[in-house]
Amino acid sequence: MQPTDTGNPDYYHRVVDCQWACPAHTDVPEYIRLIAQGQFTQAYLVNRESNVFPGILGRVCDRPCEPACRRGRVEPAPNNEPVAICRLKRVAADHRDDVRPFLPKAPAQKNGRRIACIGAGPASLTVANDLMPLGYDVTIFEKWRTPGGLMRTNIPSFRLPEQVLAEEIGYIIDLGVDLRLGSPVTSMKQLLATGEFDAVFVGSGAPKGKDLKLPGRTDPAAAANIHIGIDWLESVAFDHIKAIGRRVLIIGVGNTAMDCCRTSLRLGASDVKVMARKPRAFFKASEWELEDAEAENVEIVINHAPKAFVIEHGKLAGMLFDLMDYDLDAPLDKGGRIVGERVRGERFIPCDDVILAIGQENAFPWIENDLGIEFDRWHVPKVDATTLQSTRPNVFFGGDAAFGPKNIIWAVEHGHQAAISLHKYCQGLDVNQRPPRGLKLSSRKMGLHEWAYKNDYDPLERRLMPHVDLKERFKKINIEVELGFTAEQAAAEVQRCLNCDVQTVFDARLCIECDACIDICPVDCLTMTVNGTEAEIRQRLKAPTLRATQPLFVSGPLQHTARVMVKDEDVCVHCGLCAERCPTAAWDMQKSKIRIPYASDETSPCSTPQPATRPAPTRRIA
Amino acid sequence: MSFIAKPKVAHPGLPRNELGLTRRDYEGGMSTLCAGCGHDSITAAVIEACWQMSMRPEQLVKLSGIGCSSKTTAYFVSGGHGFNSVHGRMPSIATGAIAANKDLYYIGVSGDGDTLSIGFGQFAHAMRRNLNMLYLIENNGVYGLTKGQFSASADIGSKAKKGEANLQPPIDPVLAALTLGGTFVARSFSGDKEQLVPLIIAGLKHRGFALIDVLSPCVTFNDHEGSTKSYEFVRDNYEEVVHADFIPPAREITAEYAEGDAMPIALHDGSRVLLRKLDPSYDPTHRGKAFNYLRDKLAQNEFVTGLIYIDESSPEFHDMNGTTTTPVNQLSYQQLSPGSKGLEKILARYR
Repeated sequence: MQPTDTGNPDYYHRVVDCQWACPAHTDVPEYIRLIAQGQFTQAYLVNRESNVFPGILGRVCDRPCEPACRRGRVEPAPNNEPVAICRLKRVAADHRDDVRPFLPKAPAQKNGRRIACIGAGPASLTVANDLMPLGYDVTIFEKWRTPGGLMRTNIPSFRLPEQVLAEEIGYIIDLGVDLRLGSPVTSMKQLLATGEFDAVFVGSGAPKGKDLKLPGRTDPAAAANIHIGIDWLESVAFDHIKAIGRRVLIIGVGNTAMDCCRTSLRLGASDVKVMARKPRAFFKASEWELEDAEAENVEIVINHAPKAFVIEHGKLAGMLFDLMDYDLDAPLDKGGRIVGERVRGERFIPCDDVILAIGQENAFPWIENDLGIEFDRWHVPKVDATTLQSTRPNVFFGGDAAFGPKNIIWAVEHGHQAAISLHKYCQGLDVNQRPPRGLKLSSRKMGLHEWAYKNDYDPLERRLMPHVDLKERFKKINIEVELGFTAEQAAAEVQRCLNCDVQTVFDARLCIECDACIDICPVDCLTMTVNGTEAEIRQRLKAPTLRATQPLFVSGPLQHTARVMVKDEDVCVHCGLCAERCPTAAWDMQKSKIRIPYASDETSPCSTPQPATRPAPTRRIA
Repeated sequence: MSFIAKPKVAHPGLPRNELGLTRRDYEGGMSTLCAGCGHDSITAAVIEACWQMSMRPEQLVKLSGIGCSSKTTAYFVSGGHGFNSVHGRMPSIATGAIAANKDLYYIGVSGDGDTLSIGFGQFAHAMRRNLNMLYLIENNGVYGLTKGQFSASADIGSKAKKGEANLQPPIDPVLAALTLGGTFVARSFSGDKEQLVPLIIAGLKHRGFALIDVLSPCVTFNDHEGSTKSYEFVRDNYEEVVHADFIPPAREITAEYAEGDAMPIALHDGSRVLLRKLDPSYDPTHRGKAFNYLRDKLAQNEFVTGLIYIDESSPEFHDMNGTTTTPVNQLSYQQLSPGSKGLEKILARYR
């Protein structure tokens, strides 16, 4: 194998699994270390740079980082639970001081360019966040009387308090964004025709909940008791709906279904069933959202396929389901679907209300066909995955509007990328020329055996989030269920982080092949061997390859024997013992800082004061 | 050394031996030797060997004297029995232990000072007695604990860290063992586990005294230019003459081994040592030829390594002394105590 090119920023970035998995590439280990040092404001700002909404995402993020966490790969259960990355984000947000002095400001001198954003959700807000400091005039059109998009209308306030939402959105709006509430865009053609804007960003989400066309659906007698999930959540959020029947069926088992069932419990329902067509392994909802719903005594019923709405005595009486049997032993098809299924009977389940939470779609009735904005047959706009530019050069899409429903953190990343594109477009530059990622390595060696990070492996189990008592939490709809980590829990949880960004950096010229690193490595991830193909080298590793998807580091030829040093990055716990044991400092522990480009990197940034870095650890969690 | 202990976390796919244990289960305490010390590599080789043998940790007795090398018995198989003896007196303790219990595996770990200076007499007599043990010399040519004076194994002309050359001829433990009647004589290098691990297993299985002289560079006091026991010098000047592979009793000798100059030697428990001669003219079962070969190579400044001499037929300590083959701790009180009448009878024999 050729020596690994560690100069490529992606190599060490991949080793930081959480950061690599995060669509916005949040520097997770860095902010966890700052929390450990009690520097909550700094930790918040590190978060905000990439994910813009740390307080919001610290509660409701889809957390793609956690399944990726290295911790899950190195230990047997129950210690293989990932670090509670998401909830630590909330710790930073909860304990921060006023961050306003440290946020970028819009310059007094504007650059004369005007951007229209449609929809005040996370994607548009990120665009505004990135472009306002560069001197742009950003106008956001929002159909509701309040900003936030889906974060406001679809996420119940018992998971995301309104004040958290308002505060973080406020940071952006207060840059001087022209926020036009209650102003739906009804015609893209008209908007473009005004000539008021240099470019348009569409961040209007995927606002159309899917309907279930079954017998009885169109019966006017039942109409009042069959609800479309996201519309219903929206009505609850705006206080248009304040009650629901005692017995409620939720159709579908995604995260929206989880919000619907838990909201129902707070509006008077006492018997709530989530009806799933398939077994649990095929659920779309995140495992932790399922757990939270089940903790509130929501019943999740599997293998029930909806068949008909049953109307009796002029009102909805219940639903009829096919009872499904699946051939789970047979291999799944290419799309991961079950191949063999059959109906073994049917069952009637009585209910007062049904909420349909079976997915949502993009809908752009307000974009005319003759504008040069093309859509595919699913009514999804044709958008470049990197630049987010549509087929009309001055129109960009992001968030759920671009590629269908994803999540908040993806919307934020789309916002960042669209902001880069918009900035390039407005300067007449090629939007396809993306600014490169960068890499900075700096040694963490302090003394002979001292490192500027805590390298001792902590075998602690993941801390459990404390919740409001079951009796208390249903009293009002906006009682936040999760209490946040206690000081002790946060202090313990931060130590579970393995500091994957403190990289093992190897210099083949210094190695004397004494084997010290190989002998001390607790997870046997190092091997010295003669060079060969990747398949050959993997055969010779000291411990077997568990996941060939993780890269191998291969050094240049060693001085004495021309063998190579090989490291399987898969299970390295970054304990630094290889570097501690190395007599020649051929191994060194160096912190990698992956530089993620933003629109602001393309121009001289407006100077903002930085919070003073306190010497660690001067302050524990209060 | 490292200042934090090796964490308990392990590779989830680590292979397990017949007892269901992983390599990690054969580790010991945290090493306090210098980072990069060859001795730590030998420790790792012992761990690997014990794991491969599926040895129950309590089957192992670890004995040592004084010196950097002698500290290492604390760093492997913490479930074994240990005895850290007086300087150079480990063979006496080993003799007593072996006499009392022949059912255990014995590893004596010693250094060039502990063996070739203060303990030379004890070393020679342990070999004469053909004690059933593995004797490892962790040989670095200097007194590391007292800051790097030449030891008895330092070669003529080898330079100390400050530059002065050694003028006295070295004692070569391998040549000494050949003349003293050693029945398993090997030399290896801490940086070559492929050679060392099978040698350790074979040495433990050998019936009698197995000596492995392991060149183990002192990274702090003897790893500079001009030293003949530095990592670089040893790598450049060591020549393997016979490679020994250990073949457990049930395993076939595969075709890969059977070709060329492979030579199986049966051990008493049914396992075999397969010798692959890298120099076809060499005969590892002929003491005299082995001695001459070594002398010639030494004149050319080459360290001959591998299993240099093996003799499975000589009687070991218990055979020669007619000692009890039942471990003393398993004998009943009646068997151990002759009673007052019996004692009188015994004493009468000496009157």
